Amino acid sequence: MAETSHASAHQTGHAPHAEGTRRDFLYLMTGAMGAVGTAAVAWPFIHQMNPSKDVLALSTTEVDLSPIQQGQAITVMWRGKPVFIRRRTEPEVQQANAVNLGDLPDPQADSARAQRPEWLVVVGVCTHLGCVPLGTKATDPKGEFGGWFCPCHGSHYDSSGRIRKGPAPKNLEVPTYTFLTDTRIRIG
Amino acid sequence: MVGLHNSDIKNPTLRWIDQRLPLISLMQNEYAKFPAPRNFNYWWNFGALAMVNLMIMIVTGIVLAMHYTPHTAFAFDSVERIMRDVNYGWLIRYIHANGASMFFIVVYIHMFRGLYYGSYKAPRELLWILGVVILLLMMATAFMGYVLPWGQMSFWGATVITNLFSAIPIVGDAIVTWLWGGFSIDNPTLNRFFSLHYLLPFVIVGVVFLHVVALHITGSNNPLGIEPKGPQDTVPFHPYYTVKDTFGMCVYLMVFAFLVFFAPNYLGHPDNYIPANPLVTPAHIVPEWYFLPFYAILRAVPSKLGGVLLMFASIFVLFLLPWLDTSKVRSARFRPVYKWFFWLLVVWCVILGYCGAKPPEGIYVVLSRLGTIYYFAHFLIILPVLGKLERPLPLPESIAQAVLGGGGRMPAGAVAKPMEKA
Ligand code: HEM
Ligand code: FES
Repeated sequence: MAETSHASAHQTGHAPHAEGTRRDFLYLMTGAMGAVGTAAVAWPFIHQMNPSKDVLALSTTEVDLSPIQQGQAITVMWRGKPVFIRRRTEPEVQQANAVNLGDLPDPQADSARAQRPEWLVVVGVCTHLGCVPLGTKATDPKGEFGGWFCPCHGSHYDSSGRIRKGPAPKNLEVPTYTFLTDTRIRIG
Repeated sequence: MVGLHNSDIKNPTLRWIDQRLPLISLMQNEYAKFPAPRNFNYWWNFGALAMVNLMIMIVTGIVLAMHYTPHTAFAFDSVERIMRDVNYGWLIRYIHANGASMFFIVVYIHMFRGLYYGSYKAPRELLWILGVVILLLMMATAFMGYVLPWGQMSFWGATVITNLFSAIPIVGDAIVTWLWGGFSIDNPTLNRFFSLHYLLPFVIVGVVFLHVVALHITGSNNPLGIEPKGPQDTVPFHPYYTVKDTFGMCVYLMVFAFLVFFAPNYLGHPDNYIPANPLVTPAHIVPEWYFLPFYAILRAVPSKLGGVLLMFASIFVLFLLPWLDTSKVRSARFRPVYKWFFWLLVVWCVILGYCGAKPPEGIYVVLSRLGTIYYFAHFLIILPVLGKLERPLPLPESIAQAVLGGGGRMPAGAVAKPMEKA
């Protein structure tokens, strides 16, 4: 195409520009408009697979903490995932603080993971490949570090939900949450 | 023939592939070099537009199916959720719903183009017949799609149309029960309609493929209805008709976008935004606009079986058209009498469509009957007889002679470079 149009510029007497002919310009502009238009149409078709408004509307959960005793933990659902809420005992908190951060695969102080030392809130999804670790129910194995144990490939988490041993690379995620009152939190 | 394909591609990697699987050669021969008559007018855009429209329906449909729930208890709400909650769901659903209308507009124009220019005549009979098969498949697809949102019109439209089969003597009722999977339109019906609504468009893709293969065997007809006699009568499809088709596509997309953004429900029926209720029939059931002429034929006859038979016959007669038209001249340009009958057919089809939207009483019944009579007379009486009686105008020597005037052959160089006038 480009060759023909150069040739034609000479034949039809248009001033030949070093940058190209009028037809090159139109050709480029048409192509560019086509590309912009295609991208604009593609976006809705991609975005439709993202979470819809009704899914996003379910992205906060409120939890009443009053029934939970010291040493107990519960599981609640948030965005389709389990969230562990553990009311930790004094020894558990001390144990979590006593660890030398340098020994941790994913170093993080317990104070950075719990807004109030008594309450630990973590997403109950193993950071290895997504299984739900055991340790929330009283009868569950809690692993070698008194927190959680993931049976899928053997990851051990401590009483702060930090990874201590096994294939998982990261600590259990702490979701965004706020204390609405002393006995009520909103996750998300 | 065994051995590597003789490829003329330069790039070594592409050449390696093309020698073993000559897809690129195929595309080049069938779409780039494919010699097309040099005198296409804009009516020849509509085949390509139909192809684009089919792709749009499939892409938007697959997206809708990601969010739609084919169950009587959830279908309506899932469509409302698409409209309100799914990101751009309103856009995608409106493209799909109006895309069905655009599809029928495009295909009806495509067919009337064929009628006007005699594109159904030898050697293109099978090409035409495959087209009618596509029309039937589209009708089935659109009908079942309209049931999916599970509104009042979905439910009652489905009830009325499936009940057509009960007109068949003896086995009619058994067939209707079989179609329904029960004793009324219900969840089993909705489920199978969804399955088939997903399947049929891909069957259409298959038949379209055959349609195009047949086209590339016989070559395209053209506004003069005479065959190209040599290279002076044709131009390569690319860039001449790719550009012309792209321009037509831009105009088509503007019309489509206008419908989607400014009148998305203009062609729909408000009752379909009321959830289906098996206990209440809407005061006045109308099918989608593209079925209205056929609906008018159905109601024109005061007999259940007769109406149903005539309605189906109105499409089946199109299969016979290549043999009903006895004139050897294709294009209506050279058929001074046929031309008038053609426009009369167009007008009657529009009137039939109008009557189909009106209640079946008074003047509308009279008009429906007259229209039905004309429709069948056109194909079964006028075309066979006219071919024998009409005296056609003299046909031009060749396409080049007709479009370039003068009559002389083009100098060879001029054929190669007409683009240079730009
Ligand atoms: C030949 C092409 C097609 C035609 C003519 C067609 C026609 C229709 C029509 C008329 C409707 C009802 C629109 C409304 O009032 O909401 C519809 C709905 C629907 N179609 Fe299609 N369709 C086609 C292809 C497809 C394909 C390929 C799929 C899926 C793979 C699909 C999936 C759907 C779904 C899920 C609905 C229900 C949602 C809704 O009502 O908007 N369609 N279709
Ligand atoms: S998923 Fe938990 S250890 Fe692999």
